Amino acid sequence: MTALLTLIVLILVGIAIWQMTKIFELSQVKSDNSQVANDKDNNLNGYLMFGFLVFIYLLTIYSFWKWGHVVLGTPASEHGKDVDQLMFISMVLIFIVQTITQALLHYFAFKYRGQKGKKALFYADNDKLEFIWTIIPVVVLAGLILYGLYTWTNIMDINDEDDPLVVELYAQQFNWKARYGGADNVLGDANVRFLQDFDGKNLVGIDASDPNGMDDVVTTTEIHLPVGRKINFKMRSQDVLHSAYMPHFRAQMNCVPGMITQFSFTPTITTKEMRLDPKIADKVLRTNQIRAEKSKELIAKGEESLEPWEFDYILLCNKICGKSHYNMQIKIIVETEEEFNKWMSEQQTFKQTIAAE
Amino acid sequence: MSATATAHMDDHAHDDHGHHHHKETFITKYIFSQDHKMISKQYLITGLIMGFIGIAMSLLFRMQLAWPGKSFPIFEAVLGKWAPDGVMDADIYLALVTIHGTIMVFFVLTAGLSGTFSNLLIPLQIGARDMASGFLNMVSYWLFFLSSLIMVISLFVEAGPASAGWTIYPPLSALPQAQAGSGAGMTLWLVSMAIFIASSLLGSLNYVVTVLNLRTKGMSMTRLPLTIWAFFITAIIGIVSFPVLLSAALLLIMDRSFGTSFFLSDIFIQGEVLHYQGGSPVLFEHLFWFLGHPEVYIVLLPALGITSEVIATNARKPIFGYRAMVASILAIAFLSTIVWGHHMFVSGMNPFLGSVFTFTTLLIAIPSAVKAFNYITTLWKGNLQLNPAMLFSIGLVSTFITGGLTGIILGDSTLDINVHDTYFVVAHFHLVMGISALYGLFAGVYHWFPKMFQGRMMNKNLGYVHFWITAICAYGVFFPMHFIGMAGLPRRYYENTAFPMFDELNDVNVVITIFALIAGAAQLIFVYNFISSIFYGKRGPKNPWKSNTLEWTAEMEHIHGNWDGPIPHVHRWAYDYSKTREDGEYVIPGQDFAPQHIPLQEGEEEAHH
Repeated sequence: MTALLTLIVLILVGIAIWQMTKIFELSQVKSDNSQVANDKDNNLNGYLMFGFLVFIYLLTIYSFWKWGHVVLGTPASEHGKDVDQLMFISMVLIFIVQTITQALLHYFAFKYRGQKGKKALFYADNDKLEFIWTIIPVVVLAGLILYGLYTWTNIMDINDEDDPLVVELYAQQFNWKARYGGADNVLGDANVRFLQDFDGKNLVGIDASDPNGMDDVVTTTEIHLPVGRKINFKMRSQDVLHSAYMPHFRAQMNCVPGMITQFSFTPTITTKEMRLDPKIADKVLRTNQIRAEKSKELIAKGEESLEPWEFDYILLCNKICGKSHYNMQIKIIVETEEEFNKWMSEQQTFKQTIAAE
Repeated sequence: MSATATAHMDDHAHDDHGHHHHKETFITKYIFSQDHKMISKQYLITGLIMGFIGIAMSLLFRMQLAWPGKSFPIFEAVLGKWAPDGVMDADIYLALVTIHGTIMVFFVLTAGLSGTFSNLLIPLQIGARDMASGFLNMVSYWLFFLSSLIMVISLFVEAGPASAGWTIYPPLSALPQAQAGSGAGMTLWLVSMAIFIASSLLGSLNYVVTVLNLRTKGMSMTRLPLTIWAFFITAIIGIVSFPVLLSAALLLIMDRSFGTSFFLSDIFIQGEVLHYQGGSPVLFEHLFWFLGHPEVYIVLLPALGITSEVIATNARKPIFGYRAMVASILAIAFLSTIVWGHHMFVSGMNPFLGSVFTFTTLLIAIPSAVKAFNYITTLWKGNLQLNPAMLFSIGLVSTFITGGLTGIILGDSTLDINVHDTYFVVAHFHLVMGISALYGLFAGVYHWFPKMFQGRMMNKNLGYVHFWITAICAYGVFFPMHFIGMAGLPRRYYENTAFPMFDELNDVNVVITIFALIAGAAQLIFVYNFISSIFYGKRGPKNPWKSNTLEWTAEMEHIHGNWDGPIPHVHRWAYDYSKTREDGEYVIPGQDFAPQHIPLQEGEEEAHH
């Protein structure tokens, strides 16, 4: 069926091309048989240039109308607002420049399409004009650079003020683990060389000789974070490069074997609250419609149906890491301090883990 | 009297009158040729064949992205064991992405574009009989051919070709345990690239020496056509940055085969701790991008040079702001070597470095903006001859602006955090360097085809159809891609079905793939036009586009030495289009262009450019 459809599409495309070639040929009534553009060609292509401008605008408008809502919604971290603000300003600027320059380019291509006997203007330079359009980008970009650098410095200033919670994100092909510092909020030393200790129960290679590590807590199923408290993430990888990407928090940092990288943010919206966010609620609704339709097809084929989706924050791998790169993820749950503490108290410490049979 | 005598002597010293007829065999003429025109054709055809492979690969993985896990007979036919029952395997998906990137960036847009047109145009436009060293030029091509051959052979390796992404970051690319493609496939990839780099360096050195030493009399640097400026500066960037990639490749080869630890440390994989200690993958990223970023401009500058020439010729106007254009090329070239860190904002390098690279990166927007504005002004009040080459040049300016603007977002370290490695990046660089450079390549082929193939011209109507379908599809593919990137969709995912949050993006992916398939099919029009025109193309006049540059004064039939008689001397810059006298008549009455070899007319002043 698909093969047939593809074939039909290909044939139709072929016919369309053949017809278009014919139109171009017919448009040259007095065929001079030369392969250099004549007035007819200039006219036709000049109008097409104008049409192309309309196409670009329509495509832009259509894309926003049709897909504008798929972009990430409300940022769930403190610095996320600053990032989105800067993004918004840059986008507005880009669209202004894009609209104007594309208009000029294509309109000129249309307006000044060639005509036999027409004289072009010998216009080789104009220092004033060139100065103006050099200085405008300079000033605008200087503004953007300063704004961007200010925000960047704030985001990347990772310090121990405000009693941050320390969380290690541990990457391996193809899953994530997280380690918490436990009661002392200090991560014990760790190295891949300890991974095989304790019959493989030492999941992230904690150094058993470091007392700081004994109360560490390792989770492999979901990451819990308390809302409103600064989190200092320390990233490690045991095999290849991975990237810890948490799009809803506007956060990303590579995980590099042999090195500890870091990132810090303060989650501001709990998972429960985020599910009530109108944009997210809408997205879940749309997505579940798609999933329901797909499920019907799957059931018809005798396969398992898809579960409806419930929104969750997610940590995904965003650096090519091998065959299952496309499915390296872990759920993040942002909750209140009490809920977090309760969850934490139910976890096994490293000491308990290695003592257990 | 003495002045004329000196001039005459000069003439004599400069021109070897007539050229020597060598007895040429089939092999010396068509295969191991040392003639720059033949070498340029060899580059072009090899590049186009590689381009065919690269684009075909992209269509395959686009189909997988739009219809994940679906069975296609074509997959089974092309991929064989990598597509059991016609369903694409995840490993081969990554391999396709990797080899597509490698082929398009290096083999098509570096060798196919810069190699072709530097070879063809440098001697012809500066007025030289050939490259400084025809022999090195030949070696350069054959090394390129060899590296292409090895890259193609690597596709047939038992465990699969390299599949660590075209950036081949270790440890993924260093450890066969991490990925099947990091075995023999990666070894061949590295060998191929090492040879490619040697080829590129030989070529670049030749271009630089030729431009500096073999310009004809009167061809001062400020009279050079912008094409030559672009090729010249491109060659210099290549000489500066390619050796660094070679060193990265060599160190990686040592890590892989000789147990060194340049890029590897503390690794536990497949149940065992490896011995590597003390290396850093971030070091590799620095070395890779020290070439990788200038590479973007190695790809783009020749396209911009070609565009400058084609737009000026077809607008029947001088290029606006020649000096600013040259200055922009120089500024872009300089800045391009100090911005590589913007690929590494979230690599774990010191955030302060990120600030520095944000600063230099956004600076590069300034000369780029100047170039775009100058192109637009060149069109203003022109008499635009909308030949296919001209359409592709205007198209280039359009995609260069659209793709370049999003660079403002990606170059800003703050904003890069959340769009890094998403489809937003894919959209950005495909528009700004992929599509733009391809348009430059097409513009060059349509424009200089008569020069390459003894006056034969490509069919313009097929050219128009080719352009318009390609132009619409290029936007159709890459514009929507920004949205899925802003939705947080990472690149290099075999399928996006593992994340319900990406379910609604599937529609967009289907649209993109359909546009891509149509665009791919449209390239067949070009292939047909290209091949049939080589054999049956109509011969046009000697100077079909009424251009000013010297190549159109050379013989239509290809002869060794380019000009049958003495090499023409140059008396003016390349852009005296529609120049008028005070009474409003063209400086050469009845002709709206004054070629470079025509002396200044009575009462005419040389343009102050």
